[in-house]
Amino acid sequence: MKLIVESLPVLLKGTLVTIELTLAGLTLGLVIAIPVSFFQVYGARVPRLVCSIYERTFRSIPLLVLLMLIFYGLPEVGIKLEPFFACVLGLGLRSSAYQSQIFRGAILSVGKGQSVAALSLGMTRFQVFRHIVFPQALRFSIVPWTNELTIVLKDSSMAYALGVVELLRQGSYIIARTYEPMLIFLLCAAIYLALTIFANRILGFVEKKLRIPGFETREVVH
Amino acid sequence: MNQQPVLKIVDLRKKYGTTEILKGVSLELKKGETKVIIGPSGTGKSTLLLCINRLVEPDSGKVFLEGEEITPKNVHRMRQKIGFVFQDFNLFNHLTALDNVRIGLIKVQKIRKAEATEIAMEQLKKVGLADKAHLYPSQLSGGQKQRVAIARALATRPKVILFDEPTSALDPELIGEVLSVMVDLAKSGMTMLVVTHELGFARSVADEIVFMENGVIVEQGTPSEIFTNPKTERTRQFLRRLTELYGEERK
Repeated sequence: MKLIVESLPVLLKGTLVTIELTLAGLTLGLVIAIPVSFFQVYGARVPRLVCSIYERTFRSIPLLVLLMLIFYGLPEVGIKLEPFFACVLGLGLRSSAYQSQIFRGAILSVGKGQSVAALSLGMTRFQVFRHIVFPQALRFSIVPWTNELTIVLKDSSMAYALGVVELLRQGSYIIARTYEPMLIFLLCAAIYLALTIFANRILGFVEKKLRIPGFETREVVH
Repeated sequence: MNQQPVLKIVDLRKKYGTTEILKGVSLELKKGETKVIIGPSGTGKSTLLLCINRLVEPDSGKVFLEGEEITPKNVHRMRQKIGFVFQDFNLFNHLTALDNVRIGLIKVQKIRKAEATEIAMEQLKKVGLADKAHLYPSQLSGGQKQRVAIARALATRPKVILFDEPTSALDPELIGEVLSVMVDLAKSGMTMLVVTHELGFARSVADEIVFMENGVIVEQGTPSEIFTNPKTERTRQFLRRLTELYGEERK
């Protein structure tokens, strides 16, 4: 018990880094994914092809390999990144590929009739996207996006490999001193679990806020 | 009286791949006129409507609204003057009935929200749905959805409304409520071009019936001409089939 109390502040410090990695990775992924998905759906042939190659590539490389490439490979061509930023870049690039597919699917699940009707009112293509397609696609993407968030959160532990002092590495430092792997790793696992539940709660709340009859993505409880 | 047609279609042609859907269709609608287009499916009736306001780009031919040609350049402005009612309603699923009707006014015509709401409510009242203004499409029946769609088309005060088989996706019991709104609309002097299989509607409100097949207009005339004395054997045949299928008249 004493060990738990002593370890917690250190682990929470690592947790903070884990949260930073997750949020930064997700944000970078989001910023890249929106234009990628947009071009995949609406783009001309060439941008569509480029975006598809991008998405396939980063969905196919294991995250650990990607992190190694960025951290150990890129310095050879003169790009040297701090471990933390190398991790954010790796997490972000991979997440962008997955997020782009979430948004692409969401945009495509808004029926074509919706756009045609909006055009018939005299809307421009941009207005159609802004007022009709986007608000509906957003609602379709919340649930899969929640999933992506938890994946990035858990995969941020791979930053361990680059020496970023996040939750898992803080845990292993404590274990090196105390030789209590079971307890400390269980504690790390519990913190990941708590974070995941918390993140799900927040997005569940957002989902509820935006809920509209006809857009139920979960079974309605009567 | 100004005799210039509200809508004038000149030699409209459209191909999908190698299949010619429209092989040169010309048509005119005078102010307050209701024309009904009938014909077997796959003959280009829907494509014709979609080509009028360039929701489908025609290969050649011209369309004039009140004498002004509709071009890719002015199409956004011209579409505001052409109401369109779809077979599948196409109500915006994330918006209430009221928002569906007023979104064009607010976002396209830049009318103030209070004023737009007033206009929208007036239109909803006209189709008998003022009490459903705050419901979402998924909470409405098919007939109610189509009436909201008609209110949406009316809200921008169009010069002409195009109806693309507005009752084909409805349960038989719900067709009547939509047709009665359309009858009222025709009687109020709205200019309408309607693709439908509802012969009762055609007979009672159409000024002229247009029979289309294989991308061309086969015959057009007043309902009594078409129904009692069609010029071509093909029209006679088609009407007989339709009558067998849908019944003579719908009360």
